[in-house]
Amino acid sequence: MDYTFHWRPVIKALPDLMEAALTTLEAAALSMIIGIVLGLVLALLRLHGNRPLYLFATVWVEIARNTPALLQLFFFGFGLGAFGWHLSPFMIVLCGLSFNNAGYLAENFRGGFLAIPDTQIKAARSLGMSASQSYLHIIIPQVFRLIYHPLTNQLVWAVLMSSLGMLVGFRELSGETQFLASNTFRLFEFFLAAAVIYYLLVKIVLGTSYLLCRKLFRY
Amino acid sequence: MIELKSVEKKFGDITVLKGIDLSVEKGEVISVIGASGSGKSTMLYCINALEKIQSGQIIVDGIDVHADQTNLNELRRHIGMVFQQWNSFPHLSVLDNVALAPKLVLGKSKDEAYSIAEKQLKHVGLGDKLDVYPTRMSGGQQQRLAIARALAMEPDYMLFDEVTSALDPELVGEVLDTLRLLRDDGMTMIVVTHEISFARDVSDRVAFFHQGVIEEIGQAQQLINDPQKERTQQFLSNVR
Repeated sequence: MDYTFHWRPVIKALPDLMEAALTTLEAAALSMIIGIVLGLVLALLRLHGNRPLYLFATVWVEIARNTPALLQLFFFGFGLGAFGWHLSPFMIVLCGLSFNNAGYLAENFRGGFLAIPDTQIKAARSLGMSASQSYLHIIIPQVFRLIYHPLTNQLVWAVLMSSLGMLVGFRELSGETQFLASNTFRLFEFFLAAAVIYYLLVKIVLGTSYLLCRKLFRY
Repeated sequence: MIELKSVEKKFGDITVLKGIDLSVEKGEVISVIGASGSGKSTMLYCINALEKIQSGQIIVDGIDVHADQTNLNELRRHIGMVFQQWNSFPHLSVLDNVALAPKLVLGKSKDEAYSIAEKQLKHVGLGDKLDVYPTRMSGGQQQRLAIARALAMEPDYMLFDEVTSALDPELVGEVLDTLRLLRDDGMTMIVVTHEISFARDVSDRVAFFHQGVIEEIGQAQQLINDPQKERTQQFLSNVR
């Protein structure tokens, strides 16, 4: 143990790290919102879609859940790039994470839909509500309650997964850390600091989620 | 008026309704009794088209329920239904449970919908539960909530599907009292029930279902006290 810690470069770079942490949070949150919308659609396609739509959704879910997230990111980066379609690093990460989130969330949503008794739909329809009104006002709110915690889980996962962005040139928390560390040769210090920031980010996400849960679901 | 003409309903290969003919006048209360699986509940589900029929016709106020061009959402506004498993919406407060459909389906303003809901909830004796969530209430209270929810649409007809079967015995009375209240208001009702004395005392006519056909139908007192068909006699002696 003859490693000497030098924290000054880290402290000097803290504003940059914080800004990068915000970028991380932004990418994770955006990919989560897109993932929720797409996941909901995919789940409905898998439950009610005709054969081609069902297959489309199933292939998406299978790939998203059974291949490394890194390769999914590479697809939107180098894959599309090979066809001359160049996305910005931010867009690569956003597309990759959204694709991945949607696949996982689709299965959460599907389980949620199956857990709501179909008598809830019957009751709604018997009151004259249309199918879409029944889903919007009766079924989907209950599904969100059921899968709220898995949803939070996926958001945490998205925050951590966004660190893969550094491999496609995205300057989120990990990318920024890598950049600063190699400029100052203080790799250990910088990545230790990044780990602490990640930890705090996740704690903030979990705390917010907990408060939101208490506000949203009072039954 | 609700009219069923030779209605047939199949689930796969099993014929559940084998040619049902029945007509229910405005203001009439008909109870439907019979063993489990005889098709009583299925008939109710066919009247508001929650289930399709294979042949025959169901006509409600001149509208052919199962015709392709029938707007079911419009039709169902006029036919309230209450289920065996009350099916309250667990994510909505008692008040919102009742106010939602008037808002969405009838296009009432928020204030209007809430005042309708409050009125109906008071009517069924839940005036002090407006802000409670249904899961905090007893089965009997939830069933009365379901009745208020259906009534808030100001339906012309009410269908009751074994509304007391899933209740604890001591809660049956409060729900039956609510049904009596509706009868006194002049509501047209079809009541599928296992409460024989309720059927006798509250309804105008009673229909006895046996294996998908109406085996016997007649004035309530007469059918229950003096059934003509052997199967009706057997059923009634078994449930007493």
